[in-house]
Amino acid sequence: MGAGHAHKLYLHGHSPVHALPPHCKLAAVFCFVLVVVSTPREAMWAFGLYAVLLAAVARAGRVPYGHLLKRMLIEVPFVAFALLMPFVARGPYTEVWGVTLSEPGLWGAWNILAKGTLGVAASVLLASTTELRELLLGLQRLRLPPLLVQIASFMIRYGDVIADEMRRMRIARVSRGFRARGVRQWGVLAKSAGALFIRSYERGERVHLAMVSRGYTGTMPVLDETAATRAQWTGAAALPVAAFAVCLMGWAA
Amino acid sequence: MGGVTSDSTADGTTTGTAGSTGPNSAAGPNGPTGAPPSLAVSGLAYAYPDGHQALFGVDLTVPRGERVALLGPNGAGKTTLVLHLNGILTAGAGSVAVAGLPVEPRHLAEIRRRVGIVFQDPDDQLFMPTVREDVAFGPATAGLRGAELDARVHEALARVGMEAHSDRPPHHLSFGQRRRVAVATVLAMRPEILVLDEPSSNLDPASRRELADILVELDVTVLMVTHDLPYALQLCPRAVVLSDGVIVADGETRELLCDEALLAAHRLELPFGFDPGSAKVPQR
Repeated sequence: MGAGHAHKLYLHGHSPVHALPPHCKLAAVFCFVLVVVSTPREAMWAFGLYAVLLAAVARAGRVPYGHLLKRMLIEVPFVAFALLMPFVARGPYTEVWGVTLSEPGLWGAWNILAKGTLGVAASVLLASTTELRELLLGLQRLRLPPLLVQIASFMIRYGDVIADEMRRMRIARVSRGFRARGVRQWGVLAKSAGALFIRSYERGERVHLAMVSRGYTGTMPVLDETAATRAQWTGAAALPVAAFAVCLMGWAA
Repeated sequence: MGGVTSDSTADGTTTGTAGSTGPNSAAGPNGPTGAPPSLAVSGLAYAYPDGHQALFGVDLTVPRGERVALLGPNGAGKTTLVLHLNGILTAGAGSVAVAGLPVEPRHLAEIRRRVGIVFQDPDDQLFMPTVREDVAFGPATAGLRGAELDARVHEALARVGMEAHSDRPPHHLSFGQRRRVAVATVLAMRPEILVLDEPSSNLDPASRRELADILVELDVTVLMVTHDLPYALQLCPRAVVLSDGVIVADGETRELLCDEALLAAHRLELPFGFDPGSAKVPQR
């Protein structure tokens, strides 16, 4: 399952969260995110409660908070825009520590930041407690178009192979005295990228040939039927249901 | 399976044209058991869409249970021939039949089950996340499920000595192990004929010998495409030489390899110091 990639996010364990079937967890995270984004941004306390819920899941899944926070840094480049909003948005202005900021801009930034962070935290939790291959099985169970699942599974399988090819090409370049010093070397790098693309494309054709030779006609056989029990669905539903209650309170308030 | 088709009646004569002295000529087209030959290719010609003609009338019959080496220099048309055996390419002229069943679009599913091709690069062949899933792919595509599928996967992995690795991702195996798993992926389909494309390429001597031990033990028909002449001699009692799109020689492997003029005429060369006349070949 391309453990070469999986180990970066996945934390091996035997917690109740790990034990849940992948499609239950996927559905739970998806519903949780939907609930979070439909919460009014003015109900700031609701987002605090969501964070507490996620912290409880992390505890149940024995995911160290440090691990969780470190992986959440992936969000930073995506929220840079949100941080700009208070400075560029218009509308009534307000003064914070002597800086004039747009009020709607502040609300917009808070909205993106809070909802985005919660979504990323939920996804990191999912990835920390579910193996990549299991996630694919879960997507398959949730009736995601098979073509998309196949594409994702090939990415996992061949990611290492292509990275290896890239590494060999880099070593070959370096062995002949190449050093990327600046813009003038970009041509060489671009050609390497092109060559890598063509090699990968040709490998894709060979893989397809090998698949067709073994009877492939467009669909992958489903080997591991992981049916979920009612108890497992209920367990997974705990998070989105609790979040939904918070959301309702947020609208009522 | 359909009976012997009209195509295969020509087989007896076709192998004769190559001046065969191999075991096949004595056994007749249907082999000693009377079963239809595992592979019957007759008058096969093919030109690629760009006009380049790769095959000019290939005739080849492989009786059931025989191991045959298909020798030939690069560009002789070996891969083109292999891709006809399971209907990936469709014959421009002539015909191919596998155990009596002609290779035609309506039989493709069964043909692909009967012809197990092991491609040269195991990374092309092993595309599933784990070894077990990959070996299960062929039989599962054919509709096998549950305990029967598990048994089939286990049996195929046992035959190549890789049961212990069934849950590992292919990328974490050594090259030799990956090639053995690739063999298992087609064995799991219980093929009539195993087609190996350059099975010894990139293997170190130990892996090479391990693979040979496995192949010798299998009780299936084998067509081995190679230019590794000592490997052909070690594994295949009979060999055919494909050159410029036709079969130019068909006979006992040792005799072919001792024919220096033949080898030289078709860009085949023995490794330095190898004497096919005195090499000991294990009995099959």
